[in-house]
Amino acid sequence: MANTAVADPESGLTRAQLAGRYGLRVAGERPPLGEYARRLWAYRHFMTAYSRAKVASSLSNTQLGQLWQVLTPLTNAAVYFLIFGLILAQHRNVNNFIAYLCTGVFIFIFTQTAATNGTSAITGNLGLIRALQFPRAALPITVTLVQLQQLLMSMVVLAAIVLLTGEPVTFRWLLLPPMLLLQTIFNVGLSMVMARLGSKVADLKQIMPFVMRTWLYASGVLYPVALLREHLPSWAASILEWNPPLVFIELARYALLDSHQPNMVSSPPKLWALGVFWAVVMGVGGFVYFWRGEKEYGRG
Amino acid sequence: MAEQTLPVNAGTVTDSGRVPTVVVDDVHVIYRIHKGAAGGTTPVSALKRIVSRTKAPNIREVHAVKGVSFTAYEGEAIGLIGSNGSGKSTLLRAIAGLLPPARGAVYTQGQPSLLGVNAALLNDLSGERNVVLGCLAMGMPPEEVKRIAPEIIEFSGINERGDFASLPMRTYSSGMGARLRFAISSAKKHDVLLIDEALATGDRKFRVRSEQRVRELRDSAGTVFLVSHSIGSIRDTCERTIWLESGVLRMDGPTQEVCDAYENQK
Repeated sequence: MANTAVADPESGLTRAQLAGRYGLRVAGERPPLGEYARRLWAYRHFMTAYSRAKVASSLSNTQLGQLWQVLTPLTNAAVYFLIFGLILAQHRNVNNFIAYLCTGVFIFIFTQTAATNGTSAITGNLGLIRALQFPRAALPITVTLVQLQQLLMSMVVLAAIVLLTGEPVTFRWLLLPPMLLLQTIFNVGLSMVMARLGSKVADLKQIMPFVMRTWLYASGVLYPVALLREHLPSWAASILEWNPPLVFIELARYALLDSHQPNMVSSPPKLWALGVFWAVVMGVGGFVYFWRGEKEYGRG
Repeated sequence: MAEQTLPVNAGTVTDSGRVPTVVVDDVHVIYRIHKGAAGGTTPVSALKRIVSRTKAPNIREVHAVKGVSFTAYEGEAIGLIGSNGSGKSTLLRAIAGLLPPARGAVYTQGQPSLLGVNAALLNDLSGERNVVLGCLAMGMPPEEVKRIAPEIIEFSGINERGDFASLPMRTYSSGMGARLRFAISSAKKHDVLLIDEALATGDRKFRVRSEQRVRELRDSAGTVFLVSHSIGSIRDTCERTIWLESGVLRMDGPTQEVCDAYENQK
């Protein structure tokens, strides 16, 4: 590649040979996948410190401060309850609509924010990227870690809502952590894909709100999932059963809501299989896709 | 990472035993700039452009570095001079691996670290948090960060006029921000440190301290590149200087000679 005709005047070697002799490497070269993963692991302290700092700073200029971590999901749930519960009266078809709705909203928002914030994971951190060399995958992972901290807060709120609306505590609650783990892996992969796309196509940020709203309506958050079967042709309903947020939301409802058991969109074993499938496909695929673009980030 | 294993016969090369840390081999850098809203600011003209499949008029290619070659050795401090837009900063970014050369190649030992005045860290976070995050982002272990963080704040001097370390970095003056960034980047031993105009921003006292720090970094077997318009600070810190003009290497030699020629030309 390099023009090696130019010889180093002192040693009689070409510059490329000189570089090779002393083990110099091409600047900005992308490391192999395994090496990249190893370096990324070495940056785990950076990722946790950065995500904690982000959470702390994000609400620092508000009066209520960290209280918003609880208030935001509650307000969200209240708005959707007003429209879909009271005005459109979807609650008649669901046994415990408030808990049903809140589970869907909180779980969906976790994936939604990972996707939208992932889009700006590179473009929003150009200062850091241009100043320091580190595996860029640390940035979309940080985005997901920030959202995970907010999700855990939402889960505390959700547990209270579920108990207050009369659901029993069962052993199935223990299924919630593994389900959240699968969703977190999925979200990490998703935000890596969005980060690479967003770094190349600035227009994506304008489109994301519409994509996410469509996805919300396709994920059985706001209405009974049984409606999917009733109103869609069967092939469309079967495709929607694969929809990852729907899978994770139904798994969460399976874990927390006793009243929802008869109305699940698919059987629990099938949901678990789909959840594992999506976590592996998106987690591994997203990581490889992001790694392949490692050289491009922060340029231009 | 800092250590490298030399071939046994390294001494037989007639390069007087010096170890190269950066080899720049006939590098051309071409980058695209977005001219902002130039040419066609209405939705109609944007649509026309898409339909007629012409390239966006607001992107222009700039051939910033045209075939530059040199070799930098361990323990050298090299100044880069030249008029505005001569490609100095672009060359540094190519060495840092942040801009790909269109032709030629840059070989480096370890990972060069670029320190520029424009490279803001995280503006919403306090200076202290920036120090911790910056050090972690450079790959320091957490225990070392804890030990070294007070030293960095002390060195940057941002606390000289009250407790600024706990305030967000967006409240800092540009000089303070640049000082803190320099303090963070220079806290770690880099094989190759690239400094873009950072020394010119601080006040006199800080300049003396940072020149001292550059000398220490150089002594610990690193290579330092310094881009500056202040010929004074180049003369004080560098013994070798490269003069770029319109992306072409005009002169490469001892600072004394090159700086004299540069100043006489004016």
